[in-house]
Amino acid sequence: MGAVTVDKFSFMTTKLNDAIGWARKFSIFQYPFVTACCGMEYMATACAHYDVDRFGAGFPRFSPRQADVLFVVGTISHKMAPVLKRVYDQMCEPKWVVAFGVCTCTGGFYDNYATVMGIDTIIPVDVYIPGCPPRPENVLDGLMKLQDKIQNQKQEV
Amino acid sequence: MNLAEKVRQKYSAMVSDLASNAGEPVVIAKKESVKNFMAALRADSEFSFDLLMDLFAVDYLFWEEKEKRFEIIYNLYSLTKKHRLFIKVQVRETDPTLDSVAGVWPAADWYEREAWDMFGIRFSGHPNLKRILMYESFKGHPLRKDYRYNERQPIIGPLN
Repeated sequence: MGAVTVDKFSFMTTKLNDAIGWARKFSIFQYPFVTACCGMEYMATACAHYDVDRFGAGFPRFSPRQADVLFVVGTISHKMAPVLKRVYDQMCEPKWVVAFGVCTCTGGFYDNYATVMGIDTIIPVDVYIPGCPPRPENVLDGLMKLQDKIQNQKQEV
Repeated sequence: MNLAEKVRQKYSAMVSDLASNAGEPVVIAKKESVKNFMAALRADSEFSFDLLMDLFAVDYLFWEEKEKRFEIIYNLYSLTKKHRLFIKVQVRETDPTLDSVAGVWPAADWYEREAWDMFGIRFSGHPNLKRILMYESFKGHPLRKDYRYNERQPIIGPLN
């Protein structure tokens, strides 16, 4: 984008793709799919001290149909896997997925009959935030990475 | 005379042995009469075990001194008498079946489903003996010692 001043009024030039990306990256409606202890860290990040609303992501929607980003927070078991897939399928395009915590990234320290070894075996993932649980700074870092990704991708309209 | 000895004295036909674990009395009951035994312990005003606190199974696959592979453990408590008793029933690997006590304590319903799910112990006479923690298409019983800890099963998709 560039700002150009011509006499008495100002205007900006941009490309449609950039403008839509700018709008989308600062209006992330998230669906928190919280299943385990990482949820506490998610709450810490969402609350006033770290304030995820600074990044335009302060508005959790508890209906997948109204959400843009699926935050998968906590261990996903085999029994939960079809539910997660169903929630992902219900979300409207454009949609993104954040794997929050090491359990959702790789299965974490679980190596047993019940746990899914990373949610990317079920649904595509855009940003991985490892940690057990990740600190809020780490979460915000991941959120900014997601914003970069949203800004720079080709915007489907 | 402790609680287990009193129980054996009164119901000697249904008790095979006594033991103790961490200071708590343990009665080893016969498998064939387990349901009658439990119903009697609940109804008997001397014991009045009105609360089934827990029911679970243990797999002794690698214990050579154990003749039978599985033990089912009943943790009974009496709210009126304030006493506790553990009852163990041993079953063989070839026939891991015993009578359900869901008719005696309704709390046993889900406990027995869990023992079926995790260990494959069949409780005959149970009203609804299906898996409680794992999904229906799961193969095997994961807490059996011969279930490999890292064995993976296919991820199930949306059910409908």
